[in-house]
Amino acid sequence: MSQDLATTAEGIEQAVTAFVSKRVGADVPADQDLFESGLVSSLFAMELVVHLEQAFSVQILGDDLKRDNFRSVQAMTALVLRLNGAEQPADA
Amino acid sequence: MAEQTSIVKCLVWDLDNTLWQGTLLEDGDVKLPDSVSELITELDSRGILQSVASKNDHDQAWKQLEALGVAEYFVLPRIGWGPKSDSVREIADELNFALDTIAFVDDQPAERAEVEFHLPEVRCYDAERLPEFAALPEFSPATVTVDSRRRRQMYQAGFLRKSAEAEFQGPSDDFLRSLELEMHIGRATEDELSRVEELTLRTSQMNATGVHYSISDLRTLLADPRHEVLVTMLTDRFGPHGAVGLQLLEKHAGVWNLKLLATSCRVVSFGAGSVILGWLADQAAHAGVHLVADFRRTERNRMMEIAYRLAGFTDEPCDCRAGLPAPAQEDIQRLHLLPAPCAPPPTMKLHTVSLQGA
Repeated sequence: MSQDLATTAEGIEQAVTAFVSKRVGADVPADQDLFESGLVSSLFAMELVVHLEQAFSVQILGDDLKRDNFRSVQAMTALVLRLNGAEQPADA
Repeated sequence: MAEQTSIVKCLVWDLDNTLWQGTLLEDGDVKLPDSVSELITELDSRGILQSVASKNDHDQAWKQLEALGVAEYFVLPRIGWGPKSDSVREIADELNFALDTIAFVDDQPAERAEVEFHLPEVRCYDAERLPEFAALPEFSPATVTVDSRRRRQMYQAGFLRKSAEAEFQGPSDDFLRSLELEMHIGRATEDELSRVEELTLRTSQMNATGVHYSISDLRTLLADPRHEVLVTMLTDRFGPHGAVGLQLLEKHAGVWNLKLLATSCRVVSFGAGSVILGWLADQAAHAGVHLVADFRRTERNRMMEIAYRLAGFTDEPCDCRAGLPAPAQEDIQRLHLLPAPCAPPPTMKLHTVSLQGA
């Protein structure tokens, strides 16, 4: 449903920023450390995983699920871009 | 839209004499045929969501679905006394699915007619046709992916969040704090063992290995000084949730092996799994040992893997694994954590035993 959003870094970053900002009720700069600033809990991080997978039709598996990949809007954008660019989702 | 047979995305079940045999409020006792239970799991694995539209006492009917072991398969159940066309429409709206992707099965011609009249796009089936369902093209998506197999879980995770926070504006942690959650983690007692056994059976979504431990297995481990059998209880300002988690830990000299972590899916939305893992990491850090967690991916425990990974567990090699006996099953992965002291969770009060020395 978000094919158009999933194609460019700007599109992904905007969509992720919108989602996170809405959920934490504050503006979130793309490079802000969400864990350090206490904006994101482990629980919200789980929700982010599910949200990114649904919104961008990607699968986040194994070591890709590490916290660092969800630490900031930038990190999440990079993760989605990388997974989208991959020919085949790494299935292991 | 122009496909010959469009795939059904959600099947809505009637209960009495459709899903189960008997009328709950009259017979008291109803029976779930094996064929129906197999159909439910089969459709679930194909990524077809399932819901309920039943005229019944809500609490009693839901309890019955739980007792039959199938409650977790249903999203957005509508059990009450309103017209079924309303129920089906609400389910479709909540799911954001078009009505022509919804199917409805009921043994009563009048109920089917009512739904057909108000919602002509919905495909209605007589319960007598259930045996054919698995072979019907509309219930047979061409491809079944990892994604479709966990579709229900993804929806459920979303609903949990939505319903819990529907009334609450603000960050999720604030909402959780408003519940005044208190978690107790202690060594299992004899009395708790049966509840604990049930947890390993019923918590398929949140069971890290899918391995079932019987009461006698657990009793043996309880008596073994090397093992810790820990039970997690949760309460909030509305009352107790009871036993919601089981952890089985085997302590070795330089490493603790978390052989099982199971939590009730009722407490996923409270972040219970992450809190337990944080506490274990803290205990291990103070004991100066590594943590190794057994994990076996099943179709249904993905949220558990996410909890482990976010808690910092990785596939990275470490010599500490060599000191452990081989896992109970071959396909068990061992995730590793070099634990660091971990601050107590901001969302709940913790009352726990100390694992050091014992």
